[in-house]
Amino acid sequence: MSILVYVENTDGKFKKSAFEVVSYAKAIADNTSTDLVAISIGNVAQDELAALGNYGASKVLTVNNEQLSSFVNQAYASIIAEAAKNISANVLVLSNSFSGKGLAPRIAAKLHAALADGALALPTIEGEKLSVKKSAFSNKAFATVELTAATKVISLSPNAYETKETGGTAVVEPFTANIASTDFSTIVKEIVRATDKISLPEAEIVVSAGRGLKGPENWGMIEELADVLGAATACSKPVSDAGWRPHSEHVGQTGIVVSPNLYIAIGISGAIQHLAGVSSSKTIVVINKDPEAPFFKVADYGIVGDAFEIVPKLTQALKAYKGH
Amino acid sequence: MKILVCISNVPDTTSKITFTNDNTAFNTAGVQFIINPYDEIALSKAVELAEGGKGTVTVINVGDASTDATIRKALAIGADNAVRINAVPRDAWFVANQIANYARDNAFDLILTGRESIDYNGAQVGSIVAELLNIPSVSIAKKIDIAADTVSIEREIEGGKEVLTAKLPIVIGTAEGVAEPKIPNMRGIMSARTKPLEVLEATDVDTLAHIVHYETPAPRGTVKLVDSAEVDKLVSLLHDEAKVI
Ligand SMILES: Cc1cc2nc3c(=O)[nH]c(=O)nc-3n(C[C@H](O)[C@H](O)[C@H](O)COP(=O)(O)OP(=O)(O)OC[C@H]3O[C@@H](n4cnc5c(N)ncnc54)[C@H](O)[C@@H]3O)c2cc1C
Ligand SMILES: Nc1ncnc2c1ncn2[C@@H]1O[C@H](COP(=O)(O)O)[C@@H](O)[C@H]1O
Repeated sequence: MSILVYVENTDGKFKKSAFEVVSYAKAIADNTSTDLVAISIGNVAQDELAALGNYGASKVLTVNNEQLSSFVNQAYASIIAEAAKNISANVLVLSNSFSGKGLAPRIAAKLHAALADGALALPTIEGEKLSVKKSAFSNKAFATVELTAATKVISLSPNAYETKETGGTAVVEPFTANIASTDFSTIVKEIVRATDKISLPEAEIVVSAGRGLKGPENWGMIEELADVLGAATACSKPVSDAGWRPHSEHVGQTGIVVSPNLYIAIGISGAIQHLAGVSSSKTIVVINKDPEAPFFKVADYGIVGDAFEIVPKLTQALKAYKGH
Repeated sequence: MKILVCISNVPDTTSKITFTNDNTAFNTAGVQFIINPYDEIALSKAVELAEGGKGTVTVINVGDASTDATIRKALAIGADNAVRINAVPRDAWFVANQIANYARDNAFDLILTGRESIDYNGAQVGSIVAELLNIPSVSIAKKIDIAADTVSIEREIEGGKEVLTAKLPIVIGTAEGVAEPKIPNMRGIMSARTKPLEVLEATDVDTLAHIVHYETPAPRGTVKLVDSAEVDKLVSLLHDEAKVI
């Protein structure tokens, strides 16, 4: 048994989700008494690569050339699949990030592997079989998927597994793979990333608002609250449909699914399609002027009242608390 | 342009989800099935691209006869013809192989799927189809523009978007924003009855994964209400009790 973890970088840096997948893969490696090998693609500095040792990788394979500086899922899938074959990996772990979602099925198909998408916890291992818990029916249920193929791919949900520092060190080794020219058939033209914003799927705290806010001009207080908390902002579907907020903030069944430690819903009624995207949040706070709003039924804490009055007060109270 | 749209048949978004057989099977009793909402976006985009004789739209579903109503709905929205591969879907590998086999024999320029199905949320089928056909794929597209044989796509990334281009053929998974969902009109509904729906037998493919158990999330305790005049108390609760700030 051997385990490979693919570690995604953003502009040459590893983010929390990268350490999450390494920590997760390390736990599987420990449970199966094997070493963990990591693979990184793109331009990442040596010390950044070596730092993966601190989360449990004993070796880091690095693949870097001009052509691979932006994400091309076919080429990346070819490289990772080849590395997996090279070290005879029977378990491959990666993040269920936006790029990971496009990558994992392609790698699995190349390896004739079974794929568990969006794992929420460590797998249980029973002989050749590996079972993984994931969310199903848009967060209305959990399903345990049994992977029976010889090779298994697991994509880990962001925020589902705690990072663990091991104090270990890793050897960094270059890796070269044979990539066909047809693997470069997509060309990245532009990347637009709001660097000052916290990315929604990875955020530990999310402040979200709905139609109760009345109009886009009222989002200042939402952003201020998010700022104090170091939170990402989100919204309900009608809000993004109306163009009050960008589509990238829309959470729910047809939007992004989030599972932060804290989700604060302001002026959102709590329709079943909205809940589908947020109900796995660890703690939910609801602020709504209607005591009958369905959201209160799935909330941990609530305040019944007018958002325009409560949100600024809450921001003040948090500022005072943070000041301590 | 020949477009193939992959349609999955899923429980309506308002369905209550329950299980039977000791939580090993999804309970379909009383559940209304619909076109997967993301597939509806894909189909709407396909119909838009094909409008005015610029192309044809074929929808494909891997399913048993119970999905025919959903397929007819897709025809009413504007697909020209439909194919059903007659099999109960086993896993994404199985479904993707059926679709890839059909696509290989019928040379499509564009294959659209939803970004994921809202039942098992796998987001797997489209990318596996692309791998089997050895063509490019983009799994979460928010915008698609096609000029001649080149497609320009905006895809979602953490905290932003990436714009990329590719040559057809390609497989694209569609998300919100790609097209306005089209609502079938009377003429569409009438003509859907006579549009061709071909039923093909499935090829034999091995199963790599299967669901062994379901559970429903434990209900949260009752909500703790904080008086609107005591917002400070909420801050204390979040710190001391929930330990999230
Ligand atoms: C196929 C399908 C998919 C869908 N997918 C999604 C999805 O992914 N995400 C999503 O969000 N929705 C989705 N929806 C829509 C969903 O059904 C609801 O319509 C939507 O979530 C409602 O948004 P809202 O709560 O912001 O607005 P509303 O339902 O209008 O609720 C506004 C709330 O604000 C409260 N309010 C008003 N004024 C104030 C005030 N001053 N202070 C405090 N509270 C106030 C009201 O009491 C009310 O509860 C989908 C629907 C369908 C049919
Ligand atoms: N049984 C099926 N028949 C046809 N297309 C499907 C089927 N299952 C999934 N798809 C397509 O693949 C996409 C992703 O599905 P999934 O991998 O199940 O999340 C869906 O949005 C559909 O477009």
